[in-house]
Parts: sequence; structure tokens; C-alpha cells
Amino acid sequence: MSKLTSSSSELDLDRPNIEDYLPTDSIQEPHAKLRLRDLLDISPTLTEAAGAIVDDSFTRCFKSNPPEPWNWNVYLFPLWCLGVVVRYGILFPGRVLILTFGWIIFLSCYIPVHLLLKGHDKLRKRLERALVELICSFFVASWTGVVKYHGPRPCARPKQVFVANHTSMIDFIVLEQMTAFAVIMQKHPGWVGLLQSTILESVGCIWFNRSEAKDREIVARKLREHVEGADNNPLLIFPEGTCVNNHYTVMFKKGAFELGSTVCPIAIKYNKIFVDAFWNSRKQSFTTHLLQLMTSWAVVCDVWYLEPQNMKPGETPIEFAERVRGIISVRAGLKMVPWDGYLKYSRPSPKHRESKQQCFAESVLRRLEEK
Amino acid sequence: MGSASSTLTQYDIEDVQEHCNNLFSQQEIVSLYQRFCQLDRTAKGFISADEFLSVPEFAMNPLSQRLLKMVDGLNFKDFVIFLSAFNPKASMPQKIELIFKVYDSDYNGKVTFNDIMEEVLIKVMKEAGYSKDSSLLLDDFVKILDHPGLKMDVEVPVD
Repeated sequence: MSKLTSSSSELDLDRPNIEDYLPTDSIQEPHAKLRLRDLLDISPTLTEAAGAIVDDSFTRCFKSNPPEPWNWNVYLFPLWCLGVVVRYGILFPGRVLILTFGWIIFLSCYIPVHLLLKGHDKLRKRLERALVELICSFFVASWTGVVKYHGPRPCARPKQVFVANHTSMIDFIVLEQMTAFAVIMQKHPGWVGLLQSTILESVGCIWFNRSEAKDREIVARKLREHVEGADNNPLLIFPEGTCVNNHYTVMFKKGAFELGSTVCPIAIKYNKIFVDAFWNSRKQSFTTHLLQLMTSWAVVCDVWYLEPQNMKPGETPIEFAERVRGIISVRAGLKMVPWDGYLKYSRPSPKHRESKQQCFAESVLRRLEEK
Repeated sequence: MGSASSTLTQYDIEDVQEHCNNLFSQQEIVSLYQRFCQLDRTAKGFISADEFLSVPEFAMNPLSQRLLKMVDGLNFKDFVIFLSAFNPKASMPQKIELIFKVYDSDYNGKVTFNDIMEEVLIKVMKEAGYSKDSSLLLDDFVKILDHPGLKMDVEVPVD
């Protein structure tokens, strides 16, 4: 706190030092000027607003950082060109062949099983589950996926749900090749939607539409029904509600945590050295994303199956969700940010701002009344 | 987006630097340009109000509506000039002038009761020796607000 410099010649009743401020009765005018200052001084709030303009944690969650170009000199550039030739000329066609082969096997088994075993549900379901795991393995092979699974494999027990952080739709494929989960997904258009309505139906999937508000109650009911059903596949939920860039986690939606069942967290972390697996749905379609993966060297990731958690007595679903988010973030080395993922698609409602304005006005009034 | 700095030439950077009185370093201007391009999603050369509001931290700020009036449609140079008031090296009068502009919502160079919260203001202004019908000019603001405790600094992240 700097003292008034002697270079200012005018004696400053207008600018009292903080030290002079304490016994206020003697000089009324500067005290009142102080109150006016408190009223007019919006600098903390202004600073916050400018800080948000310059950099904000929400936008950072969805930024895909392009890797540093390393091929910029005369020795490395031909090497990079060779790499491109290998990736696009050799690996890519090879992978397309593997994938086509996989689809042929899958469809030639799946269609007969689906149609002919209509009466024998248990057997049919088991075969369909195995086939879905098979096609997912083919998908993972088509990107040369190197997935390391840590922890005990999930088993199908009633009253449990699995939650994981979300980076791309391939999260589902990576997890599905190990265990046939039922999943809750946003309905997509195009060939993905077709797959969703046909094949994924057999493992038991729940659809929702982000833009429909009423949808939420219907979905909550479906979730509850699924979890309580004894021979449904274990349910996998991505509580973030949207794809995040694998460096951060956004707030978990509480829907998965208020079903009264055990929550088993799964943490997924991709290694960016070979490819950035983040699907920036604003910038790319899923097809483009898949093609990008198929023309990269490999998809390397770690999957950790973590200890199942139950809601502690006296804990609200939101606290429970945050606790599980903390467990997953720590394991996968992700930073937690306090934002709702759906803000990617909609603006915060004016109610939030108005309530903040209300608090702001009240705090100013309170500060003035204290003096 | 990674090649944003290649669309900003050295000449542009120096031009912007001159306009903000050298308050930002060249690296900070490049960072700000990357941020500008990130917010200006449709590459129009300015950031629309809607794009500002897509930053939830900004949208929820009580002053966002007033600030939007000031920043809506600014090109990059004016964007940097606006943010230069938040630079730690900016002078106190420059920061206070920004606060004044936020209050002066009708841009007539005067802040009247209509521009601030009414009931509280009447009480406080009377005590400070201003009447109900007086208006505050920039000089009054400087007199009232200029003190070492006024902190209005924002750091630009430089990767």
C-alpha cells in the first residue's frame, strides 16, 4: 500500500490513505467519497468479464491442439512423405480390407442368428452379444488400436451402471470390444443412425435427443427400467453428455447417479503421440473422424476399470456425481472444470445472469450499509 | 487454427502494438489473435454478440450486456485496444475511462442517475456532495476512483 507521494502538491482530502480511513468521524466528505467509490468501482467484475474474453476454461475443453509440425527440414520432410505414402497407400487399404472382411463375417452370422433364432431369446442374445464384441474388435483393429485394459473386467450384475469420460464415439467401441454394454446415446443421422437402430438395438440401447427437454423424464424412466431388468446388458453411460478433448472433464449429469445403483467408474485416456482421438463434432463429421483415424499410425489408449462406488449416506446425487468425476479425472490425469457440457449447444439462460446481477447489487448495498 | 499467426504479418503486429501504445508484447498480440480467431468462428473479421455469449463465464457476468454494447462487432485492432485497459501496465486514468464508458450507456460523455442503480445512488451521491440532478463527468470519476487500490488487470496467457 503506497503512501501518498510528496510530489503531488495538492493536499488530498479526495484520496485518503487506507490508514487514514479507519477513524472516519472527523472527515465526513472523503468518507462519503469512499462510499461513492465503492458503488462505482466495478473493477473486480469487469476484470472477470475481460478475463473470460481473453481465456476461459470452457472453450479450452473443446480445443483440439494440432501437433507441432516436425517435418520442416530437408531430412525429415522426405521421411514424413514416406510416412504418408505408407499410411495412405499401404495401411489404409489394408485396414479397409480388414474392416470389410469383418463386416462380411459379422453380417453373415448376425442376420441368420437374428432371424432364425427368434424363439430362443437367451441363446440369440448371447450370440448377438458375442458378434457385437467381434465387430468392435474389427473396428479397433482397423485403426491399429493398442488398448491396455487395467483392472477387473466388468461383469453383468443387476443394479449397476458404468460411467466413463467421453472423448469420441470410439470410446464406446473401445469398451464394447471387451464387454457388450448397453449404452445410452444421442440419436445420430446417417449411417451411424442406421447402425444404432439395427445392431445396437440387440445389445439394448436407449436413445435420447439433446434438444428435447421433455425427453429427460422419458429417458430417466428408461434408465431405471433397464437397470432393474435382470438379464439386460450392463449399462454404459457417458455423463458428460458431450465429447471433450481428453485433457479436461466437464460436469457430470446427475441422471446416472440417482438410479439407486452401484456406479462403476471407467477412465479412458488416449495417447496423443500417434493420433488425437478427440472428435470435435463441430468441425468434423464422424465419417471424416473415422477416416482420419484409419490413416494414422495407431490409436493408443489406456482403460482403467475403477472400484465401484455407492452413494454415501447424506450425499446428494450431484455430490456423488462430482465425487466419481474426481475419481475418474485423477486416474486419467484430466483437469476438472465447473461447466455443463450442454453449454456447447446452448447459451446459459438469462436467469443465471439475472441472479448474478441480483447478487451483485445486493453485495454492493450490503457493503455500503456496513460503513 | 494452429496457423493463425501466419495470417498475421509482422507489419500487422507492429501496427496493432502501436495503436495500443506498446502495452502488449508481440507474443501477447499473437496469443490474442489466436483467441480472436477462436471466438470469431465464422471468420468474419469481427466477433458477434452471440459468439461472445458462447463463453459461459462471460455470459453469466452481471456486466455482460453493457460490455456487449462496447465490444460487439469490434475488429481485431479495436479488440486489442479495448483489452489494453486491462493490461497491468495501463495507466489508472485509462482503466477508469473504461469504467466510465461502461456506465455511460448512452455515450453522451455524462453518467446520470439513469445509468446507475437508482435508490442507492441517490443516498450516496447526496452524502458526497452531488445533487440528484447532477451528472458525473470523466473528471469526477477520476477524482472518485483514482486510488492505488483499484485493480483491473488481466493477464494474457502466452503458450
